[in-house]
Amino acid sequence: MSLFFSQLFNGLQTGSVYALVALGYSMVYGIILLLNFAHGDIIMVGAYTAFYAMTAFHLHPIFSVLLAIVASTVLGVLIEKVAYTPLRQAPRLSLLITAIGISFLLENGAQLLFGADTKSMDPMISGSITFAGGINISYAALMTIVVSIVVMLLLTILVQKTKLGKAMRAVSEDMGAAQLMGISLNKTISFTFAVGSALAGIGSILYLCAYPQASPTMGSMLGLKAFVAAVLGGIGSIPGAMIGGFAIGLLEALVSAVGLSVWKDGAVFAILILVLLVRPTGILGRKTMEKV
Amino acid sequence: MLLSVKDINVYYGAIHAVKGVSLDVEQGEIVTLIGANGAGKSTVLNTISGLLHAKAGSIEFMGESIGAMAPNKIVQRGLVQCPEGRRIFQHMTVEENLEMGAYTRPLKDTPDHLERVFAQFPRLKERRKQIGGTLSGGEQQMLAMGRAMMCDPKLLMLDEPSMGLAPILVEQIFEIIQSLHQAGTTILLVEQNAQMALQVADRAYVLESGRIAVSGTGKDLIESDSIRKAYLGG
Repeated sequence: MSLFFSQLFNGLQTGSVYALVALGYSMVYGIILLLNFAHGDIIMVGAYTAFYAMTAFHLHPIFSVLLAIVASTVLGVLIEKVAYTPLRQAPRLSLLITAIGISFLLENGAQLLFGADTKSMDPMISGSITFAGGINISYAALMTIVVSIVVMLLLTILVQKTKLGKAMRAVSEDMGAAQLMGISLNKTISFTFAVGSALAGIGSILYLCAYPQASPTMGSMLGLKAFVAAVLGGIGSIPGAMIGGFAIGLLEALVSAVGLSVWKDGAVFAILILVLLVRPTGILGRKTMEKV
Repeated sequence: MLLSVKDINVYYGAIHAVKGVSLDVEQGEIVTLIGANGAGKSTVLNTISGLLHAKAGSIEFMGESIGAMAPNKIVQRGLVQCPEGRRIFQHMTVEENLEMGAYTRPLKDTPDHLERVFAQFPRLKERRKQIGGTLSGGEQQMLAMGRAMMCDPKLLMLDEPSMGLAPILVEQIFEIIQSLHQAGTTILLVEQNAQMALQVADRAYVLESGRIAVSGTGKDLIESDSIRKAYLGG
């Protein structure tokens, strides 16, 4: 029983991180139909920012966390402005290839700047709490789950209730009609990238809580798994990304719990293949109608 | 002159879609632009709205050149298009759709704009919480028009508001157009239903293969033999 609960919380902890990162994929896809494969590497930049802020500059953890989130946000918007905006009228494949190029640029740039080795630091949060029945849950896991749920609630309010959030939904539904309402495309798309990248920044901190280390390629596997989570939930759907993220996290915990932890990554990508075969629109995805 | 379009030429790649079109709209008028499918009517409207840009020619709105402006700047100035095919936001509620119409206006004024539009379109008030995509075709057209009216436009451009609607609904839509006009809105109406359009219009332009073929008062064009033969079914 206690094993079940500790695995459950492990799954929810990694699932929270996947969900936050998957949200960025899904929001950007929803608005400009781009699979932003550079999104995972934003996490890496966020993690390095927090790492150096704490170890080299000895900033207070709170400031380091804020700095990492700001750096991720600025980077995300910068990538959008420099690499994607000039390709607004280009075929979607050009955008996709550009995204992969940006991903390589960030990974190799980080390797050049910080070296290829993994930088380790002391855990930001240590200790655990024991509940009745011998269920032991780390503070890091609890905080991760709570933070991500709060962030997702705030995001839902932002998208459902605010003027900019509604404009995001309008643009993702019909870009032309949204422009005729006077909605500025540039502003709305940049805002979407900013929100998605800020979520990735928060994800990078939560990831550091679970695995206190940074490496140039840390974002690629995390990014790919979050991408699978977004596809599983239905790419373009915000609640879908949340459900997909938690589902992938729980799946990994389950596979590990039955003693197949080396198959963990394989299981995630098997889900991707399965979803694409059986239900390509994902759990909450909308059927897209191709205009003839 | 509220809107003055002078000699615009618009291309889609190598295709010359609009060839030297000029048209004017005065404050308080209903002006209609009629023509067959593919004549370039929507292209003219989308160029005025800034979604497309003319290679040559000029567009002035209230004395200001808007030919190179971004679509959102043009809406800000009170020149709004209600697009062909309604293009409402299918997954948003009626009220959210309307709120998007007031996007360029201060947020605090939205309740006033909503009240004004609900007074013009009482049906929308009954359905304010309903998802746009579940409305009937006629209601969706009303929503599209109400949404455009949300920014209290100085000039409302309607692109084929009667498209795909049953005859009784077409009459209802034209009644709404006339009541909006009587309430003080200047209207540029693009229609394939020339009969109806000419009846409500002060002035009309006939577009043929990207050129203005004929222009005149609505009454003159209804009485003209060649127009009757070509557009009004004998």
